[in-house]
Amino acid sequence: MPEITYLEAINAALKEEMRRDPNVFILGEDVGIFGGCFGVTQGLYDEFGPERVLDTPISETAIIGASVGAAAAGLRPVPEIMFMDFMGVCLDEIFNQAAKMRYMFGGRAKIPITVRTACGAGLGAAAQHSQSLEAWFAHIPGLKVVMPSTPADAKGLLVSSIRDDNPVIFIEHKMLYGVSGTVPEGEYTIPLGKADIKREGSDATVVATAMMVHKALAAAETLAEEGIEIEVIDPRCLQPLDKDTILQSVEKTGRLVIVQEAVKFGGFGGEIAAMVVEEGFDLLDAPIKRIGAPFAPVPFATNLENVYLPGEEDIIEAVKSVV
Amino acid sequence: MTLSKERLLELYKKMVTIRQFEENAAELFANGEIPGFVHLYIGEEATAVGVMANLEAGDYIASTHRGHGHLIARGGDVKLMYAELFGRKTGYCKGKGGSMHIADMSLGFLGANGIVGAGLPLAAGAAFACKYRGDNGVAVCFFGDGASNRGTLHEALNLASIWKLPAIFVCENNMYGISMRQEHHQNIKDVADRASAYGIPGISVDGNDLFAVYEAAEEAVKRARQGDGPTLIECKTYRWRGHFEGDPTVYRTDEELEAWKKKDPIKRVKKRLLDMGVFTEEEDMAIWEEVKKEIQEGIEFAKNSPLPDEADLLEDVYCD
Repeated sequence: MPEITYLEAINAALKEEMRRDPNVFILGEDVGIFGGCFGVTQGLYDEFGPERVLDTPISETAIIGASVGAAAAGLRPVPEIMFMDFMGVCLDEIFNQAAKMRYMFGGRAKIPITVRTACGAGLGAAAQHSQSLEAWFAHIPGLKVVMPSTPADAKGLLVSSIRDDNPVIFIEHKMLYGVSGTVPEGEYTIPLGKADIKREGSDATVVATAMMVHKALAAAETLAEEGIEIEVIDPRCLQPLDKDTILQSVEKTGRLVIVQEAVKFGGFGGEIAAMVVEEGFDLLDAPIKRIGAPFAPVPFATNLENVYLPGEEDIIEAVKSVV
Repeated sequence: MTLSKERLLELYKKMVTIRQFEENAAELFANGEIPGFVHLYIGEEATAVGVMANLEAGDYIASTHRGHGHLIARGGDVKLMYAELFGRKTGYCKGKGGSMHIADMSLGFLGANGIVGAGLPLAAGAAFACKYRGDNGVAVCFFGDGASNRGTLHEALNLASIWKLPAIFVCENNMYGISMRQEHHQNIKDVADRASAYGIPGISVDGNDLFAVYEAAEEAVKRARQGDGPTLIECKTYRWRGHFEGDPTVYRTDEELEAWKKKDPIKRVKKRLLDMGVFTEEEDMAIWEEVKKEIQEGIEFAKNSPLPDEADLLEDVYCD
């Protein structure tokens, strides 16, 4: 298997799905000749032309609204919202239109759209270009929420998202675009709603998403040197959530640490914690620990941003406090 | 305009159907038989019917919270509509949508919509799908004067204009955005003026004149199918009822309402059809009777239909 980057894996998934299905098309800001703000759609315009790789005006409402209308009319749009922070501009189209049309219409519509967007801090992009807002979307019935951490997951999950008949919010972490990993060539899918055990361990379960998976794996190396073996679970999809894999791991370890880059208060980690308490309280041998960003916007200055972001040390400390 | 006698009678009957559907809905709501919110289309019948008369199978429609008239004009089934209003399992949405969310995908009817102005980009997207497939279809979006102040109007019309989408944006200017008169909610008299901002044609017509609406839509649909892009049509009209049933309408006068009732779109078509010799007074009465029967059958169907199964509460949140 060749080693490619997260960005190249996403690009490959888009290319392969567009070759396979003529109803798949891409639209968004600067996704054409420019190749996307982060370069994810590079080369697609050359291969598929302006009919299937459409530059839009800076109009997030129109990008998603038109995608929903085109999906209702039988196409499979893959719109790009350049930064997840811009989702507020098109939220009605996502949560009142795309998410609800099937249910409101008694199951007589399907809205197969995959909204790709970039989340995450670490670039010094400050408060309006760095957020992780996955919890907003996981809260809305009708949406699926996917958040890959590795190149292989990015490819397999994006292909599955595009083929899924439901609206999917596909969240890419912008600091992962350059991360490399082995990725199967050609047809490769990962079912939505299946967590992945990124590292096996028996002393504590660490559930982490996106960039935090990598921080957790780094923490695992350090902890292993001290004889503490953590099991790192990446849910990969927040909706649907693979509860079983998490509960089975907690059954094995008796301890749970949840790590998210998003603001901790009201975040998705709280949902995982609540789920484990409700469905697996007896499995726990220690209190659950949650790690997330403080209740503040993402700061600009590099030193502040570093302090703001949950890191390897936070995970090590939390794990040690429960084992 | 080249409407045959049969076609004229068909359009007239649709207007009468909308009127009677809505009058009965008002009564049923007042009697407490229909839950939720109901926004009625009485007084605006010429707009829906005049526009829809130009559409074909394969075309798309994005409707509004005041959507009953649009669906009837498109050929919707009043039985399924009433059943939905009553919250029955047999309704268009299996009782999960209600008045504000009735859709009929088989008719390209992408739904009424509870969010004012939300249909505009949806219609642009459906028009894009038609263009993408090259199937010669068009998409129509209905929206009100109130919705014309939403950002969705700007983004949708801008996108439709640069992509030359086969879309027809139909503003039903009924003079009020809920309680706010047009002169208070925007600094222009004609919503159609906004078309110039997108370099597309904008036309303002008497929305209570079936023939004026028909001709404006005919031209717009022709332009769209030829690949010449979108058109904004403003139909000046008036809703006889409040914004919603139960609205005390303290924001308007009885005199204004009475003046608009004199411009009843149905009476105007009737006079024209009588003058043209398309039908007689007796034949007109027969149409009203026939519609009355269909409406009563629809209401009976709804009342006799089962409630949704509670076991189906979680069905259709997702596609399998």
